[in-house]
Amino acid sequence: MSLDVAAIRADFPILERRIGDHRLVYLDSASSAQKPQVVLDAMDRLYATSYANVHRGVYAIAEEATAEFEAARAKVARFVGAPEAREVVFTRNATEAINLVAHTWARANLGAGDVVVLSHLEHHANVVPWHQLAAERGIELRWIPLTDDHRLDLTGLDALLDGAALLSVTAMSNVTGTIVDVPALAAAAHAAGARVLVDACQSVAQVPVDVTAWDADFVAFSSHKIYGPAGIGALWARAELLEAMPPFLGGGEMIRDVTTEGFTTNDIPWKFEAGTPAIAEAVGMGAAVDYLTAIGMDAVRAHERDLTAYALAALRDRFGDRLRIFGPPDADDRGGVVSFLFDDIHAHDVSQVVDEVGVCVRAGHHCAKPLMRILGVPATSRASFGVYNDRDDVDVLVEALGRAEAFFAL
Amino acid sequence: MTGLQDLYREIILDHYRAPRNRGELPVPPAHKVEGFNPLCGDEVVLYLEVEGGVVTDVRTGGQGCSISQASTSMMSAAVKGKSVDDARTLIRAFKALMSIHESKLEGAEGTDTTEADLAGVRLGDLEALQGVVKFPVRIKCATLAWNVLAQGLDESA
Ligand SMILES: Cc1ncc(COP(=O)(O)O)c(C=O)c1O
Repeated sequence: MSLDVAAIRADFPILERRIGDHRLVYLDSASSAQKPQVVLDAMDRLYATSYANVHRGVYAIAEEATAEFEAARAKVARFVGAPEAREVVFTRNATEAINLVAHTWARANLGAGDVVVLSHLEHHANVVPWHQLAAERGIELRWIPLTDDHRLDLTGLDALLDGAALLSVTAMSNVTGTIVDVPALAAAAHAAGARVLVDACQSVAQVPVDVTAWDADFVAFSSHKIYGPAGIGALWARAELLEAMPPFLGGGEMIRDVTTEGFTTNDIPWKFEAGTPAIAEAVGMGAAVDYLTAIGMDAVRAHERDLTAYALAALRDRFGDRLRIFGPPDADDRGGVVSFLFDDIHAHDVSQVVDEVGVCVRAGHHCAKPLMRILGVPATSRASFGVYNDRDDVDVLVEALGRAEAFFAL
Repeated sequence: MTGLQDLYREIILDHYRAPRNRGELPVPPAHKVEGFNPLCGDEVVLYLEVEGGVVTDVRTGGQGCSISQASTSMMSAAVKGKSVDDARTLIRAFKALMSIHESKLEGAEGTDTTEADLAGVRLGDLEALQGVVKFPVRIKCATLAWNVLAQGLDESA
């Protein structure tokens, strides 16, 4: 099954943009994906016809806005295989979703000496909240190391999980593209008595995600990576965990009752949604989920795999050993993210030169500095693929990289 | 292409490919300072020997993008043998060169006293780095070496 990329491209107005004389070749979807017209329309329509605060008014448009907001929650829940919509908490992004778990579940359950297991692939969003907790509570952090081809090295997993309270890992690296075997990890963690948090920020955009099949306890992701608006994301968690967790931020919406003496909390998920939420953004996220569902996540995965395999081969053919490519060599083991580095050209210089011909690739540490240290590099360039990219885009990238190499040749 | 050629002037690429004053100096008498650009991982290491108010020797190390490393090399060539006062003046002149665009971006008022103070300061080859101001995210790459130098001069004082 292959995607009709020409038709998909027509759905994304920004792709009509030109950079100087060049068409826009957007290869940074792993950072943030572009938005199809249906997402923009869904948000505009809400603002133009049914906008009001949610869960407050009894008048018609307030009812409509609330219904749309909650319908978006149900769509997001279905999209990730959540058993119930009330298990989906809207947050600002994946970062806030992970912090929510660190601030509520972890602070209620973890103390000095308790162990949280992470991996060397993690984004700072799944590192810093645990460092903060370690500084505050004296929890111990353990790290799953990597194999030479940048997959998780599971040989010492049982020892790492021994006595652990939480395993918190990414389902797909935003640097190496490595796809992690979440069900196997979750089974091992549960057998050791640990809870499982999955950072699905990259994988929701790339592979079919089913939180039930994963058998995870918490799953965090962002709307802006799945072609929805920025400013909204979600935490999925098992209902019984959410019920038992203390609230996160305090304020309106999250309460049942407030007196001068204290407060009681609302039902889940609203218990975790203090204050007026990003209403139009939620609706936009729902539209993005509809868009991806219509394409089909199996087809998206096949497309990403195909482009990744094509890019890996094209880069190897053209540049051979002069270009270091990070991550597993086989596209079956990775999502549509390719990080690379010329021996003696800095990633920033590469990005700058390819930008001249309209090619957008990221350069830097990709918010994964522990991983950069292990790769032994200060920064990489990264091309990542969305549903609107095709082999032509990869060809343009390879040409542009050839130009960068010539430009900086000694 | 004009944009790129503004950024990567030939003289900059020359310093990048063949950096001047690479190496180390014994500490002490030299003073060692380091600086990082957390955004892109640029790293500059500077060994400064200051005697009788004069920068008698400079060596540099580190790694990073062409702009950060060329700027380091050009800085080392510019301050070697200069008096500490002249080196400080150069730092201010270079920062002023880099802030033209920044201050416009931030809508800051005027360019205060530096312009007048610095009239007559000869930046020479360093002016080649002026193209960087058109690429705001790269300004930090260009100024890193100069911040490290400023710190080094303060610490050797
Ligand atoms: C793997 C991974 N986790 C977490 C995040 C953080 O996402 P956000 O910035 O949307 O919170 C990202 C985004 O780059 C990511 O790639």
